[in-house]
Amino acid sequence: MPIDHPALLVAAIAILVTMTLALIRAMLGPTIFDRVLALNMFGTKTVLLICVVGFLTGRTDFLDLALLYSLMNFIGMVALLRFSEYGTFGDDEEHKSLVESWKNSPEVNG
Amino acid sequence: MLNMNLIVIPILLLLAATAVTVARIRNLWAAVMFTGIYSFLGASWMLILDAPDVAFTEAAVGAGISTILMLATLSLTPKKRHRDGHLQSDDFEEKPLKHSPFWPLLVVTITGCALVYGTYDMPAFGDPNAPIQVYPDPSFVAKSQPDMHGLPNVVTAVLASYRGYDTLGETAVIFTAGIAVLLILRKNTPEDDRRANEQEAVS
Repeated sequence: MPIDHPALLVAAIAILVTMTLALIRAMLGPTIFDRVLALNMFGTKTVLLICVVGFLTGRTDFLDLALLYSLMNFIGMVALLRFSEYGTFGDDEEHKSLVESWKNSPEVNG
Repeated sequence: MLNMNLIVIPILLLLAATAVTVARIRNLWAAVMFTGIYSFLGASWMLILDAPDVAFTEAAVGAGISTILMLATLSLTPKKRHRDGHLQSDDFEEKPLKHSPFWPLLVVTITGCALVYGTYDMPAFGDPNAPIQVYPDPSFVAKSQPDMHGLPNVVTAVLASYRGYDTLGETAVIFTAGIAVLLILRKNTPEDDRRANEQEAVS
């Protein structure tokens, strides 16, 4: 049963505008963290868009897919952040010591 | 239908913008992130085209696994690393092009035109008389609902049950490929290095 309410359409367009802004930030983003945040936001907006489109077309079984997308987004984000922090996905001693030295470096502590 | 066009057209425009960015950006690390965004967009579009199983695969493989595999590959490639071991975004610059981008652009344009030309022979989206609906046997569509205890999607019923053994075989192939990729992308531990050195000394 499609819910053809104008509010849903407005919500979908608002989400698309937010996606565009996130994409622009990812393109400009000078640091890793701008881009990671933009990607994370983009994933969240995709989840929301799927939910809104699901209600617009009356196919609420798409909500399961939205759940999968948020899981994927989470796993991807953890992997990205691990990688940018440790330079690897493992957490062996060598990299731990590298991170320690980075945390104690003057540029981080100001 | 007008409503859906308002959503589909921006999604396709964002897809095009992301694809151009992936091609143009010199920072490999950022390019990996943009392929993730591309997969998310592509999967949403497939969902709107009523192909949730393809969208599922695209989200799991495109946005999830390939992003991680690409990053794992990047972590194995040589890069300039700051003395403190922390990675900066600009540590992954692609090498500058040695040739002019004219010929690749020409090839891609011709291929694209051929593909667009090919779509003119295709039936309209959702056409009930399209070959896929009437061949080999339309009774699958009628039977799948009672056969699969009310599974709402015919494609899922065909993939997971009528063609169950085929799908099992595909899964085995993908599993094998996954093991191989993980073995290749594995980082050497100090123990591995020591053993390799010992073997070298013996031979």
